[in-house]
Amino acid sequence: MPDSHDFILVAVIAVGTAATRFLPFLLFPANKKRPRWLLRLSNVLPAASIAMLVVYCLKDVFVTEIQGFLPEVISLAVVALLHLWKRQSLLSIGGGTICYMILVQQVF
Amino acid sequence: MWTSIKGKVLKTAFIDTLPILAAYIILGMGFGVLMSDAGYPLFFVLLMSIVIFAGSMQYVAVSLLAAKASPATALLMTFLVNARHLFYGLSMLERYENTGKVKPYLIFGLTDETYSLVCSQPHVKNENRTAYFFTVTLLNHLYWIAGGAIGNVLGSALPFNSKGIEFSMTALFTVIFLEQWKETKDHAPALIGIAATAVSRIVFGSEHFLIAAMIIIAVSLLLLLSRRKEDEHFA
Repeated sequence: MPDSHDFILVAVIAVGTAATRFLPFLLFPANKKRPRWLLRLSNVLPAASIAMLVVYCLKDVFVTEIQGFLPEVISLAVVALLHLWKRQSLLSIGGGTICYMILVQQVF
Repeated sequence: MWTSIKGKVLKTAFIDTLPILAAYIILGMGFGVLMSDAGYPLFFVLLMSIVIFAGSMQYVAVSLLAAKASPATALLMTFLVNARHLFYGLSMLERYENTGKVKPYLIFGLTDETYSLVCSQPHVKNENRTAYFFTVTLLNHLYWIAGGAIGNVLGSALPFNSKGIEFSMTALFTVIFLEQWKETKDHAPALIGIAATAVSRIVFGSEHFLIAAMIIIAVSLLLLLSRRKEDEHFA
């Protein structure tokens, strides 16, 4: 059963997590004029952040063995090709995911 | 009329969040199983998923709880693991501006996956944007809570082999990457994001590279913008 220390830790982690999400809004509140560089930065951040997330998801691939990277490479190619072909997000995501599951479960 | 708009937004949000449903249930179950192995009951798992709502941090939290870590250690770990959220808030300052009563909840629920759906131009009418943002955030929150509860109560046994299903997150981010690529002629930010993160991963290893990557990205983007004229529009 959780004791009081467990509750304290959960409270600290919840507040800390919320802080990382709220901080930009607290630093640059809506009622104050935001600096020009910040607005320009916030226009280019989504592209950079999503790129960062894609690479972050691939952080555990390794190139010393073929099964360390080939399922990811093939499945990403499937996602990209499906998307360039049909441009149906669910099809691209579902197709790539099923491809990856088959590769890591049956092939490699 | 009002209900038909809400129904349409709900349908769009549900379809958009389907890949997240698959991954959150499985990853949430993984968290629920770890918590039940550590001896924690359902209500505590629910509490954590409701008030923290951060996937990778809740996995770290299981070890922090088991080690009886000090609150200061837990806070430091939280900042290290979740620092990337700063980018999400900075991107959403304007877009979440006029979202009214639900704004605190939208910010609270700004996970990687929620961010990936709200950071692009959403394919809903302007007057429905807040409802869309809220529905996406709430659905993701519910998927995550449900996953943790299922894992905690039923264990990891699924009627099918789910190994590899977490790739749906990678695929989701990749599709959003491609969509953003098509929407703009200015590919420098995306390329900076890839290069900075990949180089940081190679140099600093897979554990603690993300903060280095964020610093490189922020500095590179600010340098890039300062070299461009104010009136240059690439959008």
